[in-house]
Amino acid sequence: MTRRRLGLPYLLLLPALALELLIHLVPMVVGMVMSFKQLTQFYIRDWSTAPWSGLDNYRVSVDFSAPIGQSLLNSFWVTCLFTALAVGFSWLLGTAAAVFLQESFRGRGLLRTLFLIPYALPVYAAVITWSFMFQRDTGLVNHLLVDQLYLFDEKPFWLIGDNSFTALVVVAVWKTWPFAFLTLMAGLQNIPRELYEAAAMDGAGVWQQLRKITLPSLRPVNQVLVLVLFLWTFNDFNTPYVLFGKSAPEQADLISIHIYQSSFVTWNFGAGSAMSVLLLLFLLLVTAIYLFFTSRRRDADA
Amino acid sequence: MLKPPPSFLWTRRIFLTLLTAFTLTPVLVMVSSSLKPLQDVQGPFRWIPSELTFRPYLDIWSTVPLADYFVNSLIVSVSATVLSVLIAIFSAYGVSRYRFRGRKLFTVTVLSTQMFPGILFLLPLFLIFVNIGNATGVALYGSRGGLILTYLTFSLPFSIWMLVGYFDSIPRDLDEAAAVDGCGPLRTLVRIVVPAATPGIVAVSVYAFMTAWGEVLFASVMTNDTTRTLSVGLQGYATQNDVYWNQVMAASLVVSVPVVAGFLLLQRYLVAGLTAGAVK
Repeated sequence: MTRRRLGLPYLLLLPALALELLIHLVPMVVGMVMSFKQLTQFYIRDWSTAPWSGLDNYRVSVDFSAPIGQSLLNSFWVTCLFTALAVGFSWLLGTAAAVFLQESFRGRGLLRTLFLIPYALPVYAAVITWSFMFQRDTGLVNHLLVDQLYLFDEKPFWLIGDNSFTALVVVAVWKTWPFAFLTLMAGLQNIPRELYEAAAMDGAGVWQQLRKITLPSLRPVNQVLVLVLFLWTFNDFNTPYVLFGKSAPEQADLISIHIYQSSFVTWNFGAGSAMSVLLLLFLLLVTAIYLFFTSRRRDADA
Repeated sequence: MLKPPPSFLWTRRIFLTLLTAFTLTPVLVMVSSSLKPLQDVQGPFRWIPSELTFRPYLDIWSTVPLADYFVNSLIVSVSATVLSVLIAIFSAYGVSRYRFRGRKLFTVTVLSTQMFPGILFLLPLFLIFVNIGNATGVALYGSRGGLILTYLTFSLPFSIWMLVGYFDSIPRDLDEAAAVDGCGPLRTLVRIVVPAATPGIVAVSVYAFMTAWGEVLFASVMTNDTTRTLSVGLQGYATQNDVYWNQVMAASLVVSVPVVAGFLLLQRYLVAGLTAGAVK
């Protein structure tokens, strides 16, 4: 009986562990190995026979004076700026919406439901609609901005050139903010009502309560939320892939798409793997730094 | 609570109006364009169709084998959801109710897989599936099975995390009472913990289904003509010269309705689940 008890927790975890190993951890290790190989299309059939190439793939990836390194660096900066904007706006909209829907009023339930639609829609269905809206001649965006509001003299392109970055950010925010909203709404429900009642007794107005009670109480939720949003957005593949098709414009060349192209279009899987490993290292570093600072601040507050 | 001042009420009114417009515009475009004849979507944009037609809804099934994609997506998503939730329940029960060596390591490992960029293990996984197929004859690459295995691990970390929080909130007195009645650990799980955690389990199921139903990257590499899912198949409405936008919109709407309806019906469980589980 006791022996069975001892093994039971491990038995319960076994399926999850086995699958995570098979689908995530083993491939990750294989990917790391591949990044040290000269893995071009000639070796795909049996990748283990590809010759070792030491750090060559890494050297090529970070040689910022050559085209491959340059375009990777460009993609990295584009992704950083994209992530900062998309996460920032999504968080802002999510927070504002959650706060405004905290007190009940007529139509609150309906709005709450409507706001969750972008999150519920399958990514490809939603993003394909946006790409229709961004079409130069037949899209809603130009119809609205040029034909109805006269903001531009000529219809701009949205899915190629400089504007593609703006288009990408708009779609990402539209798709992401409801998740922030959902999480923060759940977080708000955990704030005791007595806090507000006590504050109201002391004569604190709505705006003051927001600053003194609501936002500080949401800090632990925000700590996790911002990290999750950051990781999702930085790794986003689906949005640009559906919005632009297989070739993303240079101005909106997110890192996942860039690596995908480097691997599957040019069939240079070694270099693609090296870039993926670099990406992972970067994400680990950012996450570690983030958790270090936010946890310390939390401890200091407590 | 004091009555909110007008400044607050007006800010709220304006903000919520703008946000609603931003949120719903694509949905309106989807609905109205799906009811337009082809010439309407080939000319300048118009909100209202020049004539209302249901043709796109009939044509979508023959332009591409949409029904096949639908069935594939359904099989893959339902299987991935059921398996993922079952596995998550067992894991979460183990983590929540037992203290054992490696408990923390397990949680950290599983959660950290959530942050891996998909692109990092896409190619190795593809090669591993091909190799397993060559070695054992079990076809994972190009099959629904491979996709199901992959998708279920995508939702697993979050599901386990959320359910651990949920199970933790169920008082252990209930477990102990069941043990006194002679229930073993598994019977306790099935009889006591699972029923008490139903909202959390519903929430996790919704999440797992949506994850599988919406995935694009792996579907684009891991499926072939017979196992293609909706996320890839929807691109078939674009030909070399033309995109049948009215059909694209109709098809998008058709594939969205099941998930959106399910999600909106069950969203209160998701909020409750998040409140009890993840958000602490």
